[in-house]
Amino acid sequence: MDEKLKALADYFAAALPGAVTSSEIRHGELACRIEPGALLRVLGFLRDDRRCRFTVLCDICGVDYPDRARRFDVVYNLLSMSLNQRIRLKLETDEETPVASAVGLFSCAGWWEREAWDLFGIYFNDNPDLRRILTDYGFEGHPLRKDFPLTGYVELKYDEDQKRVVYEPVKLKQEFRSFDFLSPWEGMDKILPGDEKASAPDEVPPAGAPGTAP
Amino acid sequence: MSDRATLPSPEADPSADLAGAPAIRNFTMNFGPQHPAAHGVMRLVLEMDGEIIERADPHIGLLHRGTEKLIEYKTYLQAIPYFDRLDYVSPMCQEHCFALAVEKLLGITPPPRAQYIRVLFAEITRILNHLLNICAFGLDVGAITPFLWGFEERERLMEFYERASGARLHANYFRPGGVHMDLPPGLTDDIAAFCETFPKTVEDIERLLTDNRIFKQRTVDIGVISAKDAMDWGFSGPMLRGSGVAWDLRRAQPYDVYDQIEFDVPIGLNGDCWDRYLVRLEEMRQSLRIIKQCLAQMPAGPIKVNDRKVAPPPRAEMKQSMEALIHHFKLYTEGYHVPEGETYTAVEAPKGEFGVYLVADGTNRPYRCKIRAPGFAFLQATDFMSRGHMLADVVAIIGSMDIVFGEIDR
Repeated sequence: MDEKLKALADYFAAALPGAVTSSEIRHGELACRIEPGALLRVLGFLRDDRRCRFTVLCDICGVDYPDRARRFDVVYNLLSMSLNQRIRLKLETDEETPVASAVGLFSCAGWWEREAWDLFGIYFNDNPDLRRILTDYGFEGHPLRKDFPLTGYVELKYDEDQKRVVYEPVKLKQEFRSFDFLSPWEGMDKILPGDEKASAPDEVPPAGAPGTAP
Repeated sequence: MSDRATLPSPEADPSADLAGAPAIRNFTMNFGPQHPAAHGVMRLVLEMDGEIIERADPHIGLLHRGTEKLIEYKTYLQAIPYFDRLDYVSPMCQEHCFALAVEKLLGITPPPRAQYIRVLFAEITRILNHLLNICAFGLDVGAITPFLWGFEERERLMEFYERASGARLHANYFRPGGVHMDLPPGLTDDIAAFCETFPKTVEDIERLLTDNRIFKQRTVDIGVISAKDAMDWGFSGPMLRGSGVAWDLRRAQPYDVYDQIEFDVPIGLNGDCWDRYLVRLEEMRQSLRIIKQCLAQMPAGPIKVNDRKVAPPPRAEMKQSMEALIHHFKLYTEGYHVPEGETYTAVEAPKGEFGVYLVADGTNRPYRCKIRAPGFAFLQATDFMSRGHMLADVVAIIGSMDIVFGEIDR
């Protein structure tokens, strides 16, 4: 299985020079990172080439890595029924850089792209209908970004006086609790209170010398 | 749409100036969000030329609950109940997908008995789902009786659910590493007894619907989609097989013990609503075959992996062993850490290819869990499939798509 995937990866990396930056096979799945500009070329090749025939686009989705320079991954999952194989294409983008829309090649891309736009704010060029899809009419923000809070910013309720539903800033009865289960013995990078003194003794002003720091 | 429809109707006011007659605009109609034939909360904006659909624009998201976001804040074990609540007509198949995805990342394989139990219940789920779809589809196009008969059988199947998992609908039964509990004594006998009586119900429903003149008038040659278009629109499951593509993940990319079980993959010829109905009907019979084989082949043995870092210890052991108690406590508070990696795992859910794209970052919570719902792709093609059809046909098309909004809106 893995040899077949390897052969496939080599074949299409050779056929599209410069488009595929890296590919890896893990858990019996082939994942390739591609140049954002070459997306349509790669998708078109995978769909139409005789030895690939990835005719079904299963899914498009975004993944957010806020620490990276280009924070979003856009992931395309393709299926070839004739090869009985799947392939995963990934490309990087950010809030500003648009991605080419795949609607021209796969009709079903339209709604997946709308979803990625709605939930992540990834912009797709030439999508004929890039409206929000899952969130409410007039919703603001992109909820699946990592910096969007789980509770959101507004809540909806029925207002007895105005006789209609209104949005209000979210009020939590109990503070949101997020437990950190990373063990201190397994590479925790958060510094526990008090520990910062141990690591940086020079930074601490000597006791009994007030006013030395500006 | 100013280029069409300027002919005055006979009833038009004769005194109106014909040359300056206002252009007739297409009629825009709201279908839903509370329409019983919309199978949930969907708002469908239809642009109509008289009784003919010019454009259909489904507005979804009215049942959006932020499942994917919530899962990012829960441990892997706590994520499973969310999968029950996606497509609430076929809960266990979706748990199955998530369990397989996590198992793939963890690199564990559940014991054979657990795999058989999972396949057994996945097929019970398929019958549950198809019964609801076929009967509700019949109801949509005017047949009430199959609905009543089908729900009686569904009730019996949900009792099996309850006896295995404790819940009739939201089972939370399949876990990464196996299933939660072993089947209670006597359940397999009752399922076997059900297999004997159920074909009669399928026959009865078939006698009511398949050659029924009204049913055929409403479904034959309605919503036809070719195999090429079906693939282009990302179809899967009975929607794709109705168009003549023999593609079934249980056969093509078998998971658990599907590779040791014999069954046929029915396909349609024309890709219309009637064919999709027939495919589902036959799939119920095939599911019965699978269930019987599972019951016959199911070995005895453990029902979850014997790894205390993933699966909890038996209750009795916890009363004796401190180690077991600690394991239990850690599993249900912290959960387990899944090594870094990602996978797209798909199963053949009753509606079609249900996929989970899971990104793990080495902590006890998924970094990203994208849920690929089959219905999302089907509904997207509503516009393509219903153009040029009559208003009443939209009901038949949506009914044959097997739409459930839990999974589409997520």
